[in-house]
Amino acid sequence: MTINRRVFLGSVGVTAGILAAPMVRAQGTPRVVVIGGGAGGATVARYIAKDSEGAIDVTLIEPTKAYYTCFFSNLYLGEFREMDSLGHSYGTLAADYGINVVHDWAVGVDRDAKTVALAGGGTVPYDRLIISPGIDFIDGSVEGWSLAAQNAMPHAYKGGSQTELLKAQIMNMPQGGTFAMVAPPNPYRCPPGPYERVSMVAHLLTQMNPTAKILILDPKEKFSKQALFEAGWADHYAGMIERIDPDFGGADVSVDPAAMTVTVDGEVTPVDVCNVIPAMKAGHIAEVAGITEGNWAPVNAADMSSKRDENIHVLGDATQQGDMPKSGFSANSQAKVCANAVRGALTGSTVFPARFANTCWSLIGTDDGVKVGATYEATEEKIAKVDGFISEVGESREVREATYQESIGWYEGITSDMFGKA
Amino acid sequence: MFAGVALFAAPAVADVGGDVTRGERLYEQCSGCHQIGEGAVNRIGPKLNLIFDRPAASIEGFRYSNGMERAARNGLVWDHPTLDAFLEDPRSLVSNTRMSFRGIKDQTDRNDLIAYLRVFSDDPQNIPEAAPTAAPVDHEVAPEILAIVGDPAYGEYLSGECTSCHQASGAADGIPSITNWPASDFIIAMHAYKDGVRAHPVMKMMAGRLSNEEIAALAAYFEDAK
Repeated sequence: MTINRRVFLGSVGVTAGILAAPMVRAQGTPRVVVIGGGAGGATVARYIAKDSEGAIDVTLIEPTKAYYTCFFSNLYLGEFREMDSLGHSYGTLAADYGINVVHDWAVGVDRDAKTVALAGGGTVPYDRLIISPGIDFIDGSVEGWSLAAQNAMPHAYKGGSQTELLKAQIMNMPQGGTFAMVAPPNPYRCPPGPYERVSMVAHLLTQMNPTAKILILDPKEKFSKQALFEAGWADHYAGMIERIDPDFGGADVSVDPAAMTVTVDGEVTPVDVCNVIPAMKAGHIAEVAGITEGNWAPVNAADMSSKRDENIHVLGDATQQGDMPKSGFSANSQAKVCANAVRGALTGSTVFPARFANTCWSLIGTDDGVKVGATYEATEEKIAKVDGFISEVGESREVREATYQESIGWYEGITSDMFGKA
Repeated sequence: MFAGVALFAAPAVADVGGDVTRGERLYEQCSGCHQIGEGAVNRIGPKLNLIFDRPAASIEGFRYSNGMERAARNGLVWDHPTLDAFLEDPRSLVSNTRMSFRGIKDQTDRNDLIAYLRVFSDDPQNIPEAAPTAAPVDHEVAPEILAIVGDPAYGEYLSGECTSCHQASGAADGIPSITNWPASDFIIAMHAYKDGVRAHPVMKMMAGRLSNEEIAALAAYFEDAK
């Protein structure tokens, strides 16, 4: 069946945009279907639509009508951002770029028939499929926790309502209470994310609950930007944060969401808020499509094509690609390489060599920003690191403030690049 | 009140008047993009001669941001109060301006800077015979590198690496605009990063692996971008 756009559109604003869009669907026009409207999916849909100028029919399947970025959600916890400022609509992609935005869940991929099945019924045919589903959590990776417990012990590791729930729980902590975080094992989305979160929670507690404690239960020996975070914590939040690494039981943790306790190396501790960030894997649809190996979807670095199916490409956190961290910036970078390659394959446009970059900014305290970044190239084997840098411990206040201001600029830049807002 | 009154009413200027010599030093933070004085030409930003009493976005041949064009349509004219507001926080007066400048919070500093700008607005005859303050050129680039003709199509592909941070529209919110820069300024700036003369770690890394041809391609693309 061919999609009737109106069937899948509910939101008034978006519907108006779509109806106004040029009807580019024509017999023989190659069809690209993108699953997932985040940093990878929105970017790749926009670049293919923009650069092919109607020569490719682009459909974007994304269940949410308002997308809330996971990146910068920690700044909401620290009260440096309003939740509204993290929300984005797909209206411009539909209205200005002619992308068919379908608000539904992709529930199946028939790789022989080259169709995607939707939860709402019907299928969408493709010539090339791009899957950018983000992450899901591995059941049982934290003993005692499951998705059913996510209201008692939020993960807050996908943007939106989970982040709001965690914030509300922090606001309601008793004076002198304990915030616990169960940190995830590698590899996971946004390597500095849990530690930026601890910084932002500490910032909030310092103002409204200064005798509160933060307990990090960490299965990893080391973590991203560790020296920078630890120096910043000593500087801004002395005595508030304790991290238990594997040597002291950080890898031997279970939780009881009903009793609100954590058990570390056999010792039971009551907590007031518990942020459980479980082990991660590729978003479920990648597994359904049969393109995963272990927890992730292996890809060829040159064009982000799946190693299991040459008509499918995979972007962002879900991929197993080599040296790039799982980040929104990485997904956005991979999307542009993929868009160029897919256009070339479908329309014969020039394919330029792949090149990738990533920078991750983190906020430790007021006007105290740090960053880490690298450039990458495609080799036969993987995406390989070329060059990199990291902020230094002991930088001046001016440098840290400039870094924070730069991160705000980056947020505007990448969200413009994803959603094409004017 | 007509903005033009200030032109003839010296006491009014004195009321808000600043220190021209101090203003000249403060202007150094503007001179990377804006030329002023005899022989000044448009660069990354428009030249600033005769800015007093001039309607916004009115220099012929300069490509203004949509935000500045809109402000002009709404009647923005540059005089002391509007320059003061713009210099305090450019984006609060003109949303989506391409001027990548965080603003000057100190009123005295703004007064001094505006007093310096005023020197070049009294009367064309007053413009001193000095070379333009100019100098976005903070780095020597060999003429043969500057002469490379860039491929804008390749530049458009490469620009994807820039637009993860620098907004394609030219809006600047903490990261400078790079849209519609003169190609030579773009090339000089990128080689300054590549050669380590400019210190910004992200830009040193990004420019570090761009070839001379790739820099020329990016410059060609951004010069005429949409």
